[in-house]
Amino acid sequence: MNVELIFEKSDSGQNNYKLPEWKGPSSSIIPPGYIRTGINLPDCSEPAVVRHYNNLSKMNFGVDNGMYPLGSCTMKYNPKINERISGKKIYSSIHPFAGEESSQGVLRILFEFSEYLCRITGLGGFTLSPAAGSHGELTGVMVIKKYFESIGEKRSTILIPDSAHGTNPASVAMCGFNVKEVPSNSDGDVDFNKFMEMLDKDVAGMMLTCPNTLGLFDRNIIKIAEALHKNGSLFYGDGANLNALVGRVRFRDVGFDLMHINLHKTFSTPHGGGGPGSGPLGAADHLVKFLPVTIVIKDGERFGIDSDRPDSIGRVHSFYGNFSICLRAYIYIRMLGCDGLKDISDTAVLNANYLMSQLKNIFNLPINRKCMHEFILNDKGLPNGITTNDISKRILDYGFHSPTVYFPLLIHGAIMIEPTETESYESLQRFIDVMKTIRKECDAEPEKILGAPHNTPVKRVDTVLAAKKPVLKWGD
Amino acid sequence: MSKPDKGMNVPEDLLYTEDHEWIRVVDDKNGICGITDHAQNALGDIVFVEFLSNIVHSKIERRETVAVVESPKAASDVYSPAAGTIQTVNRKVEDTPELINQDPYGEGWLFKIEIAGKSSLENLLKPSEYLKLIKEG
Repeated sequence: MNVELIFEKSDSGQNNYKLPEWKGPSSSIIPPGYIRTGINLPDCSEPAVVRHYNNLSKMNFGVDNGMYPLGSCTMKYNPKINERISGKKIYSSIHPFAGEESSQGVLRILFEFSEYLCRITGLGGFTLSPAAGSHGELTGVMVIKKYFESIGEKRSTILIPDSAHGTNPASVAMCGFNVKEVPSNSDGDVDFNKFMEMLDKDVAGMMLTCPNTLGLFDRNIIKIAEALHKNGSLFYGDGANLNALVGRVRFRDVGFDLMHINLHKTFSTPHGGGGPGSGPLGAADHLVKFLPVTIVIKDGERFGIDSDRPDSIGRVHSFYGNFSICLRAYIYIRMLGCDGLKDISDTAVLNANYLMSQLKNIFNLPINRKCMHEFILNDKGLPNGITTNDISKRILDYGFHSPTVYFPLLIHGAIMIEPTETESYESLQRFIDVMKTIRKECDAEPEKILGAPHNTPVKRVDTVLAAKKPVLKWGD
Repeated sequence: MSKPDKGMNVPEDLLYTEDHEWIRVVDDKNGICGITDHAQNALGDIVFVEFLSNIVHSKIERRETVAVVESPKAASDVYSPAAGTIQTVNRKVEDTPELINQDPYGEGWLFKIEIAGKSSLENLLKPSEYLKLIKEG
């Protein structure tokens, strides 16, 4: 289906709405070269505009339409109360220059939110400045760098397992460290012997994603932490997947010195798409002084801002990060409480393991052990040349979003499924039934799979052509 | 001889790495390198090849990155199978990356290297060993 752009629907004389002509004096401040005489807006009638956007929205698919088991992304349902509260004028109209006196409520929320994150992770302090998980990582690696400068040691290597998030090596490289990749063993844990071989006095730290991108909890994690600390290295935890462990594992106790959290995955804030996002970074007591300015503090009953932190790495975001995102996460935590937070991770892990147990006899399961919040199937053994790509397209025909495909790269033809804790037993069951049907079609009606999707507004996209000859703008 | 299965072509006259690169040792000093049939098959349609800037004439270690190949599925580093000096790279694949899919051991070669010494070819996989690796993988 080829949908015309609103500009292509434009036809002169359709829009009869006219702004009154300006009769007052003209400002001489704007240089004539910057004054536009015409604006190239589409000329469409009001009903045409309403229909255009309504029809586009009907072609969209989001978690408010159906299950969205996109592994590694945690497309959980975000409660509407988050939007209702954060959209209120008392929050949407605040200004960062309003001053401490008139911002006590906002500062209290930020302060308490940091405290909650400290309690959840066991870490000593949090910065809410980073505007995304990847930004939190970058900030964390900057802290690592600053730490070694402060103790007068020069270390230039950071170890990253091959099952880590792809942004980890990027953060490390941007801070001038060398990346060394630690291989996984066939069970999906870090290969501990290889890790020990690589651990020397040049290693500033290791970044471990926990659970890792295979959806597994690394069973060597305590041994790794001890070995790193004995070597004088720091242990960085990529907490993007905290949704599997929130309320159940306190990561400081495990040995993490630094850890960022992608708020959207655990605490139900909107997903990226250009932002705004939020990736708070926590630090153990001995590293808190290096966190970026500014930090919200509490002095007696008053809340204030502390920017006078001489050991800080500096500022990584204007003002105090993305407040409205922190607010949504704060609402979620307050709404659920301590026991509710445990339920998040329990249910996320239970849902994933239930799906895995029901699907592992239908599709190939490359790593067969209890998973955390997500698990991986692949296309090994499928008949008629059917691949992961074909399966993912056919799933769309049944009204589900497709799982993540071809990631992580460690597993050939990966189909990565993450149901999240917000799906009911009934919706999991529907997904299982659909996967069973699709597997039967692979044998009986392969053409249905190979030609999928059939029921979506846009049929199979030529990804090769799109990559080679992308059309990125309309018109000339 | 029967035609090998898709992605299973492992010519007898090459040496291989665990990361799915091949090297054809022309004489004692010079080698031609690329990615294997298995690698191109796993990646699918290759849409983009980028060599590291200033890679030609630079000295590199074994397993150092020379190029990045990209398909709709993944972007993947190509490492050098041996230590040495990069002599030239195949600019043709930058414009027509599909050559790597069509002819990974011929027209789709990636770079030529002056090998640092015979010892830098140690630990490379023989065809039978590489075939075993991809069959089990």
